Amino acid sequence: MTAPSCADLRADVAAGRATAAETLSAAIRRAREVDTGADRLNVFVWRDDADARAQAEALADRLADTTPGPLLGVPVAVKDNIATLALPTTCGSRILEGYVSPYEATVARRLRDAGAVIVGKTNMDEFAMGSSTEHSAYGPTRNPVAPDRVPGGSSGGSAAAVAAGIVPLALGSETGGSVRQPAAFCGIVGVKPTYGRVSRYGLVAFASSLDQVGVFGRTVDDAARGLGVVAGHDPRDSTSAQIPVPDYTAAAGADVKGLVVGLPTEYFPASLDPAIRARCDAAIDRLRSLGATVKEVSLPHTSLAIPVYYIVAPAEASSNLARFDGVRYGLRLTGDGLRGMYDATRSGGFGPEVTRRILLGTYVLSAGYYDAYYRKAQQARTLIAGDFRRVFDSGVHVLFTPTAPSTAFPIGAISDPYEMYLSDIFTATANLAGVPAMSLPIGRVGGLPVGGQFLASHFDEPRMFAAAYALERALGGEAHA
Amino acid sequence: MAVTIDDVRHIATLARLGLTEDRAAALVAELNTILEHMDELAKVDTAGVAEAIGVGAEGLPVRKDAGPPIPLARSIDAVAPSVRDGFFLVPRLSTHESSEES
Repeated sequence: MTAPSCADLRADVAAGRATAAETLSAAIRRAREVDTGADRLNVFVWRDDADARAQAEALADRLADTTPGPLLGVPVAVKDNIATLALPTTCGSRILEGYVSPYEATVARRLRDAGAVIVGKTNMDEFAMGSSTEHSAYGPTRNPVAPDRVPGGSSGGSAAAVAAGIVPLALGSETGGSVRQPAAFCGIVGVKPTYGRVSRYGLVAFASSLDQVGVFGRTVDDAARGLGVVAGHDPRDSTSAQIPVPDYTAAAGADVKGLVVGLPTEYFPASLDPAIRARCDAAIDRLRSLGATVKEVSLPHTSLAIPVYYIVAPAEASSNLARFDGVRYGLRLTGDGLRGMYDATRSGGFGPEVTRRILLGTYVLSAGYYDAYYRKAQQARTLIAGDFRRVFDSGVHVLFTPTAPSTAFPIGAISDPYEMYLSDIFTATANLAGVPAMSLPIGRVGGLPVGGQFLASHFDEPRMFAAAYALERALGGEAHA
Repeated sequence: MAVTIDDVRHIATLARLGLTEDRAAALVAELNTILEHMDELAKVDTAGVAEAIGVGAEGLPVRKDAGPPIPLARSIDAVAPSVRDGFFLVPRLSTHESSEES
C-alpha cells in the first residue's frame, strides 16, 4: 500500500500541515486494523496508545526549535528486544513476560530525541532465534503481502509494521540476517549496518560478536534517514566505533557510473530458484545500464557460513542467556531449592528453539568439543572475513546477491530446524565478517516479494546506499511487480 | 561426532535446564541432525589460521573496566521477582534444611 515516507511526514509536521498527534493517530488506526482485522497479522506485542499520544503531543513544543529533529512526528516501531522505558521488553519470550526495563536502549533514546514517536514493540522469534517469527511466545506474525505466509524473521513484526503501512520506519536486530531476510519476504528495505556502527546498549544480547541493530524502511530513503539517526559512537557500548556518521541521504541522486559491482558465484548456485535468479539478473542488467561495471567474483568459504554461524551464535547465546535465571528479573518458577528454581524457571520460560540453541552452544563449548567445534568455527570465520577483504581490496566496491534462497514460505511449512537455518545462507556471512549489507525489493515471483542484497566493506554504507538508491530508482514500479 | 542421551543430560545440567525424559530423547535426534552439518568444518584446512576475535575494522576494542554510571528509571524492586532491603532473595540451596527463600 502507498503510505507517506519519513521525509513527507516530517515535512508536514515541521510545516504545521499536520501534527505529530495526527500522524500517530493514523498509525494507531492502521495498527488496530491489521492486528484485529480479518488477517490478524499480530505485528505488535506491546502498545500503550495513551503514552504514545503523550509523546506526540509533547512534540508540539519543538516546532519553535531551529532544529526540531530529523524524524519529527514520524511514528516508528521497535523490536521487542530493544529496551524501552514505557513499554515491556520481552524478546518474544515467556521468561521476560511483564518485564519493563529500568533503562533505555541508546537507539530508542536517539529515535525519541530525533522527534520520532514509538508506536509499539513488535513481535519476533524468541530471543531473535528464528527466521520466520513463528517462534514467539505471543504467537506467529503473518506476512502483510500474503497472510498465510511468514514475514521472515526474527524481526518479522517490525518488517510487517512497515510493509502493512503502519509506520514508514522500524528498528529490528540482526545476528544472521534477521532484518534483511524479513525485508526481502515483505517487499521492503532492510539494512544491517557495519558491526560497531550502531550502539548495542539496551539491545538484549543474543550473540554479542554478531548482533547489530538494523533498520527497516518502505524505501531506501526511509532506511537511510533512520540509520542516520541511530548510528554513531556510544560510550556505553565499547564495541561502537568512534567514526563520524555520514549523511546517508547524500547518496540519493548519486551516479553509479563506474561503480564496480561484484557478483559472488557462490551466491548464485545452480540450485538457486530460477525465478529468483531471473529477478536478480534483471536487477543486474539495470545496474549495467546505469553504467556500473559488473563482474563475477568468488567468496570461496561461503559454504562454511551456516555451520560457523550455528556454532558461534549458540555458543555466545548459551553464555548470554545464562542471566535469565529467575533471580534478578523476569519469570521465576519454583523447584526444589535454588537449583530446582533455576531448572524450572529456564525450562518453563524458554521455548523449544531457544532451549535447543542453548544446549547446542553449551555442547560446542564443553570440554572435549571446544577445539573440534568452537575453535574450528572461529578459524573458519577468519577465512570468511578474509574472502570479503580480498574482494574489496581488489577494487570491487559493492557486491550484489539474492537476499534469501526462497520467497516467504507458508506458516508451519518448515519443521526441520536445519532447513530453517538455511534461510540465512546468503545473509549470515555479513554478520560473521562484520560488513554492512542491505536488502531491497527487486520484483515479485508468484505475487511474493524477492529481495536483492548489496554488501560493502566496513563503514562503506554510503556506497552501499548509493547503489541501492540507484537500483530502486531504475526499477521503479518493477520492484513490486 | 554424535551426542548421546547422557551427553544431552550432562549439557542440560551445565545449562541449568530441566528436561523431561521425552524431551531429552527428542533433543538427541535434533542435535545430531544439526551437528551432522557442522562436521563439514572438519574438512577445512585451518592450519595456521588465527581464530576470529572481533569483526570490526579495528579488532576487539578495549576500555577501562569502569563504565559510566547507568541511571535507572525505576528501582530493582520493580523488576526482580523477590527483593528485601535491596538484596535479591533466592531459595535456599537444597543441601540446606529448608528450600524456603532466605
